[in-house]
Amino acid sequence: MRKFLPALTGLAALALCHFAEAFDAATATVLASGNSDTRIEALNKVIAGSDTAALPFLEKMLAEGVKISGDKAFIVDGDKAFDPVTGQPAELPADADDVVNSNRMRNEIESAISTLKLTSPDRTVRLEAAKSLQGGDTDEAKLPLVQAAETKEKDPEIRDILGQVRANIQLTSTDKAVRLAAVKTLAESSSPNIKEMLSTRLAADGETDPEARTAIVGAIKDIEGRLSRFELIAQIFTGVSLGSILLLAALGLAITYGLMGVINMAHGELMMIGAYATYVVQNLFRAYLPDAFQFYLLAALPVAFLVTAGVGMVIERLVLRYLYGRSLETLLATWGTSLFLMQLVRTIFGAQNVGVENPDWMSGSISLAASLSLPYNRIVIIGFAAAVLAFMWWLLTKTRLGLFMRAVTQNRTMARCVGVPTAKVDTMAFGLGSGIAGLAGVALSQIGNVGPDLGQHYIVNCFMVVVLGGVGQLAGTVLAALGLGIVSKFLEGITGAVLAEIVVLIFVVVFIQRRPQGLFAMTGRSAEV
Amino acid sequence: MDAVEGMSAVTGPNAGAGMLDRRNPPGLFNRLYGKTGWSLFFAGLAVTCALVPLLNLIVPEGSFLHLPDYWVALLGKIMCYAILALAMDLVWGYTGILSLGHGIFFALGGYAFGMYLMRQIGHDGSYHSDLPDFMVFLDWKAYPWYWKFTNHIAYVLLLVVLAPAVLALTFGFFAFRSRIKGVYFSIITQAMTVAFMLLFFRNETGFGGNNGFTDFKRILGHPIATAGTRMILFMTTALVLLGLMLVLRYIVTSKFGRILMAIRDAEGRIMFTGYNPLIYKLAIWTFSAMIAGVAGALYVPQIGIINPGEMSPGNSIEIAIWTAVGGRGTLVGALIGAVIVNGAKSWFTQAFPDYWLYFLGALFIMTTLFLPKGVMGLIDKWKVRT
Repeated sequence: MRKFLPALTGLAALALCHFAEAFDAATATVLASGNSDTRIEALNKVIAGSDTAALPFLEKMLAEGVKISGDKAFIVDGDKAFDPVTGQPAELPADADDVVNSNRMRNEIESAISTLKLTSPDRTVRLEAAKSLQGGDTDEAKLPLVQAAETKEKDPEIRDILGQVRANIQLTSTDKAVRLAAVKTLAESSSPNIKEMLSTRLAADGETDPEARTAIVGAIKDIEGRLSRFELIAQIFTGVSLGSILLLAALGLAITYGLMGVINMAHGELMMIGAYATYVVQNLFRAYLPDAFQFYLLAALPVAFLVTAGVGMVIERLVLRYLYGRSLETLLATWGTSLFLMQLVRTIFGAQNVGVENPDWMSGSISLAASLSLPYNRIVIIGFAAAVLAFMWWLLTKTRLGLFMRAVTQNRTMARCVGVPTAKVDTMAFGLGSGIAGLAGVALSQIGNVGPDLGQHYIVNCFMVVVLGGVGQLAGTVLAALGLGIVSKFLEGITGAVLAEIVVLIFVVVFIQRRPQGLFAMTGRSAEV
Repeated sequence: MDAVEGMSAVTGPNAGAGMLDRRNPPGLFNRLYGKTGWSLFFAGLAVTCALVPLLNLIVPEGSFLHLPDYWVALLGKIMCYAILALAMDLVWGYTGILSLGHGIFFALGGYAFGMYLMRQIGHDGSYHSDLPDFMVFLDWKAYPWYWKFTNHIAYVLLLVVLAPAVLALTFGFFAFRSRIKGVYFSIITQAMTVAFMLLFFRNETGFGGNNGFTDFKRILGHPIATAGTRMILFMTTALVLLGLMLVLRYIVTSKFGRILMAIRDAEGRIMFTGYNPLIYKLAIWTFSAMIAGVAGALYVPQIGIINPGEMSPGNSIEIAIWTAVGGRGTLVGALIGAVIVNGAKSWFTQAFPDYWLYFLGALFIMTTLFLPKGVMGLIDKWKVRT
């Protein structure tokens, strides 16, 4: 392997020839001999010419693998020697000396290598090179190459880093006009790193010119304004995203608890089953329909809905049916059910989390700025929550089942009198609520771990949402979910995640005590029991 | 929603009938328990304060009659749980308030006593510092204010009941004043539980974060791990439990206790007849929290650890099922339920660890469906038949 390497790099050098002013034996010799100043001059010339052919030689030089004899330089690998330009094996003269690099020389070579690497077609090589330049010194000789690389660069992350490198070089330029121009373009930026860099220029050993200083201060203010706006947007977005997840999780509960008055502590476990249904569908697709794998989520939706609705209906028939009107017992029985379901899933799938993959169209993000990117999966889930909400609204207000459900909720006896099969409606309604929990499970599987205790994390928050919104009020549920989501994300910025959750819980508890009927009070006869 | 009516439907008009029959109790002694009751009480006293120490400490280890330390520890733990179940029975069984937050009160009592035990470690921690190891770890230089005086046993004993009491009083006052009841109340107690659990999981809260308190060395200056100390803790627990069986029985057979039951069965009517349920509910709620705190304080030195896991919502709900299995509103039932469920738990988690949750889940469902009055209901039925 080793043996082929020089040959390969030689070929690569040939292929890249049109990029470069030919890296020739004379340059190699100058690079390897003489005093540091002439060597650095030669190095700068190589950089200016974007001469990537010199890369193997420079790297070898850094690794102390270059020898010089008279006016000819050689790459040495073990006891073999190669021509620095062609990579062909060569005879090493007996009087060859090691090329010794001073520390200064080493630094120069290192940054020259990374500058040259910026033109590599490989993204990771370029990223690494850009990063290594970031920490290095600021040599104006590199400016043209960095600028050229920046304009050619497509990748936003690398471009951002390169922009900083360029700005850093320009900001330390001896020419005041260049510095001012640099500050002016930097003021347009929205990168926190550039702001950081500008503020270091304000330190005592940085910028001394008063005009440039005021320009920098102004630029920092501009960037800060933009950053805080972006941060606000980002916070609102993550808040809405969290809210939409809460909403999805709570919508099913809004039916079972809100409308039917059944305290379903197994609601979280129904979501968990929905997530596991997604996992199973994913595995089936992977095994039998690998071509359509990207669309497995669409198939998972009806499967998860039907499976959890089925489980819910079984629970209703076997357990809840006998406990209507005894809410505290219902609470305990459904808690027992939740333990049972959790252990069942552990027995079938194991106690470990299982892997559910995002389809390609859900991974990635829209990048609006260096500090603001909106992940696709979050956007999809917000849309999905809205869709489920619309579906539920349609079902409750436009269909016969919805009409029956509302009738049974409002006056069970009267509904039965006019011929509504209340028992069947109960089962259907509970099945519907459970099915929606299953849909929520599909969404949750896309953003977090899928494990047997998935539901436990959500159950308390779900109830908080429903209770806060006002029991039996869809609009209240929506408002409460989004409100809680946004508020807790804003608090998170101030207090950290855990304290934020505590504060929100305490807020809800206090709120309920001040206003037991929730945000939206039910009016009419059903209000006070 | 209609929890009050629900309760009356389950427990019916003859809940606790045994005591309501005796309109004119011929003295305190007879009011508390009947003949069987008192015999069982004294039998319990004899077993825990004479038989257990005798079999564990005096009878040599190889002997057939020797009671292993393991059993003493297990019995001690279960008795702590039984005290907790009694506290639950008081609010749920007698007053109809299902608390999903008693794990908090239990843990608060435990943490309060744990603070004392941590102070007793002294310089014997891994860092040989004035402060407990976890504070050294956090680079704290002094005890935070709420650790003040926790090296005094009298203050700590006060804290064991006061900390849960203050929390229960504030929480209960606002909740009961807003007439939050039934499931609504249960759910917000659960929210409180989660909030506290998260709070105690934080390292910065100053209670050892994830790991809580452990590695205790001494209690009242005596080494904590010796057989003698363990036996004294065991006997203390037993005496507290038996004492509570008297005190609580006194409370529930008093006029106060009857009002509690009336609140459970028809809170509206109690209000119309001129009582203010707020005071009664608040009093029993706070008292129950204090008992839970005592249970926690007895639990920690015997188990040797307290961590925020004790505050998980699941634990609090489990307390309710102990009470339900034994039979609500009977006191003895709570005790029996705690013993049955926890006995089963220690056996199951050793013999069939994978099946314990199935069993517990089934227990929740079966008890609510088929045994609304728990084991005590079964016993009553059996008595009627014979």
